[in-house]
This record gives sequence, C-alpha cells and structure tokens, in this order.
Amino acid sequence: MNGPHDLGGQMGFGLVAPEKDEPYFHAEWEKRALGITLSCGAFGAWTIDESRHARESIPPANYLAASYYEIWIRGIEMLLERHGFATGQELATGRHLEQGHAPKRVLKSEMVDAVLARGGPCDRPVATVPKFAIGDRVRTKNLNPAGHTRLPRYARAKAGVVEAVQGGFVFPDDNAHGRGENPQWVYTVIFTAAEIWGEGADPTLTVSIDGWESYLERL
Amino acid sequence: MSGHHHDHDDHHHDNHYSDMQARVKALETLLTEKGLIDPGAIDAIVETYETKVGPRNGARVVAKAWADQNFAEWLKRDATAAITSLGYTGRQGEHMRAVFNTPETHNLVVCTLCSCYPWSVLGLPPVWYKAPAYRSRAVIDPRGVLAEFGVTLPETMGIRVWDSTAELRYLVVPQRPADTEGLAEEALANLVTRDSMIGTGLALSPEALR
Repeated sequence: MNGPHDLGGQMGFGLVAPEKDEPYFHAEWEKRALGITLSCGAFGAWTIDESRHARESIPPANYLAASYYEIWIRGIEMLLERHGFATGQELATGRHLEQGHAPKRVLKSEMVDAVLARGGPCDRPVATVPKFAIGDRVRTKNLNPAGHTRLPRYARAKAGVVEAVQGGFVFPDDNAHGRGENPQWVYTVIFTAAEIWGEGADPTLTVSIDGWESYLERL
Repeated sequence: MSGHHHDHDDHHHDNHYSDMQARVKALETLLTEKGLIDPGAIDAIVETYETKVGPRNGARVVAKAWADQNFAEWLKRDATAAITSLGYTGRQGEHMRAVFNTPETHNLVVCTLCSCYPWSVLGLPPVWYKAPAYRSRAVIDPRGVLAEFGVTLPETMGIRVWDSTAELRYLVVPQRPADTEGLAEEALANLVTRDSMIGTGLALSPEALR
C-alpha cells in the first residue's frame, strides 16, 4: 500500500541527527514493547509480513508522529484484536474481560534463547526456474496495491539491471493477507540515480532493491 | 497543553513517554493476566539484546575478513554460512549478505520501508536508522546524510545504496585502515564501528584509538 512507511525520497524530515553513544532503549517501556512484540509473535497467529502491514496501516498522521516502538505497540494491538486474543475494550481499559483465543504457544523465559537463535528463515524452494538472470535488463511494474507490498514507490516503473538471483523467498504481498507463502524468486536489481531521481541526480550514485519476480518485467 | 507539545521534531518529551509507559504497562498486565505472555520471557529478550547481541559481533566478522583472505572470499560468496561459522546466528540474521567497500565504491544500507537491520551482527538498530529522516534521504541524498555523520568522501567515489526491501540483511565491510599490517584480529575489531558496518561511518585509524 502507499502508506506512510514508504519513505524513500520524501523530503522535509530534517537532519538525521545521530546520537552519540546512543543507548539501546530510551525508556523502560521500549524494552517491554520489544519483548511484548516478540512474545506475541511467538503465538504463531500472524506472520512478519502481516505485522509489517499492521504497522504501515496506521494512519499517516499517527504513524509519523509516533516514535518507533509506539508504532510497534499500535501494530501489536491491532493484531491482538484482529486475531481474537484481546478485545478493543480490553485494550482500551487494560482490564481482562473475556478469555479470547488461545495461542498455539506462549513464549516462556526458558524458551527465549532457542527461539531467538532459530529466528524465522523465509527462504523456500521455488518450483519454477528463475525468469531472469544476472545482467538482464528489467523494469519494475507500476504496482499500487491496496494491500502489503515490498516494492517501494520510488522504485516503481523504473529500468534496472539484475545483479543477483538471491533464491526463493516467501512472497510478502500474499503472506501478509493470509493467502499463503507462495514463494517466488528474489532478485537484487540495481538502478542508476538518474533513472530514479531524474535530472540533477548524483552521477556517482546507484541504488538497489531486492525485488520479487512478480514485481519485474523484462525490458 | 503547552507549546512544547506542538514541537513535532520532539517525540521524546516527558509526557509522551509517560503516556506510553502507562499504555505498555497496561498491555503487559492484560496479556499476563490472560496467560498470553510471560514477563520473564520479556526480561530474557531484553537481556539478550542489551548484553549478548551487538555490533561487536559484526566487528569480529569484519576483522576476520580483513585478516583472512579465505574468510573474506567466503563472506563475499555466502555471508550467512561464513557468519554462522563464528557463532552469530538467529533472528534478523537468517539471510545475510556482506558488501565490501573498495577505493571506488562506498556502500550504504537503509530500509526505506521499515527498519530491516542485521540484528545478529549489529544488535538492535539505533533510533536514527528507523526514523523518517534517514529512511527518506539515504536513497536520494546519501552524500548529504554522510556529511551529517562527519563522513566526506572524495567526489569521484561512487556511492552504492542497498535498500533492504526483502529478507536479506546487509553488512558493510569497510575498507581496512592504513598502517594496520601488524595488528591481530582482536585489535582490528576495535577499529570497526557500528556505523562503518551500516555505511554511515568509516573504520577508525589506529591513531583514533590512542
């Protein structure tokens, strides 16, 4: 979707302002927000793609005014309600009112090391041969889906070159919406800055994305 | 509300934070009462990312690549396997790719869509990496971004920006600083900063540590 998260090339956000010796967390609640998010992820009720889509579905004014872990909390509340683990009333009041759905698993402290070490690999076998090869010229499609996509707006309808075939990966545009993993080949596609940013672009700059096969057409 | 609350550049003012403190506390309490989460698991997650996983992992990967040509080749060919061989695996490091700076090209990593970042080698990302200013500008004005980190590259040096839009997580291998021939891996690792592995910095010279 053309949501507030899709920031590449937007202007007006000011300086980057790195913080010297930045701590991992700026408040206690940020620690709990991280832990709650990972714990609820362990339910197995939604995928990383659905959780990304929840965050990008936050209305733009709220998204851009929120700190990062606030975005996570708004996203997780949306998912808890959607999947029947908590009602809107429970989330609004903080009071336990009804039982709700039981998750496949609850993350206990003794499971944490193993779960974090295992991670969530997203590579999958793909039955077809890759449609594109290294060196092929391709154009990204001009996709503007209402649902989740990982093709950034600035890189749509742009001509580039396939630089690497990365393997088969879960297709987020389907997986975010419960339509299955439907893995596809993923390619690293490199663009000149002139192709993306046009007149006056830095001639020494190139930008690449990792794009799923259905985002691309042959040139 | 005072005028202070209307400062849109300041997401960190006290009231906003205490609102979130209350909201997250209420959520944790609710989920604990419902038997959905274990607060001890949250403690364990936080402890992991505060004390066990961080950019020193990545620094050791880079130092080994500088010191050992075979490892560098392996890292270039199959970063996931090479990094796993040093024991750095897990969440947000499942699919790794290492990109090497050269005298001609400087690499910079961003996730314009969210906050994709190689946790297993760099730990949790800093606030600026996840914030709109960096995500919006890294792909259109990387030289301007680098200047804000105090990095000025020769005008002729190409900049290659990698937008982490899929599940591949990128590690920049900075150029090895001059006058480091005699240094052991451990000393080399001290020259590798977190920012140099994102591309917003360069590796330190040995003098910088003195």
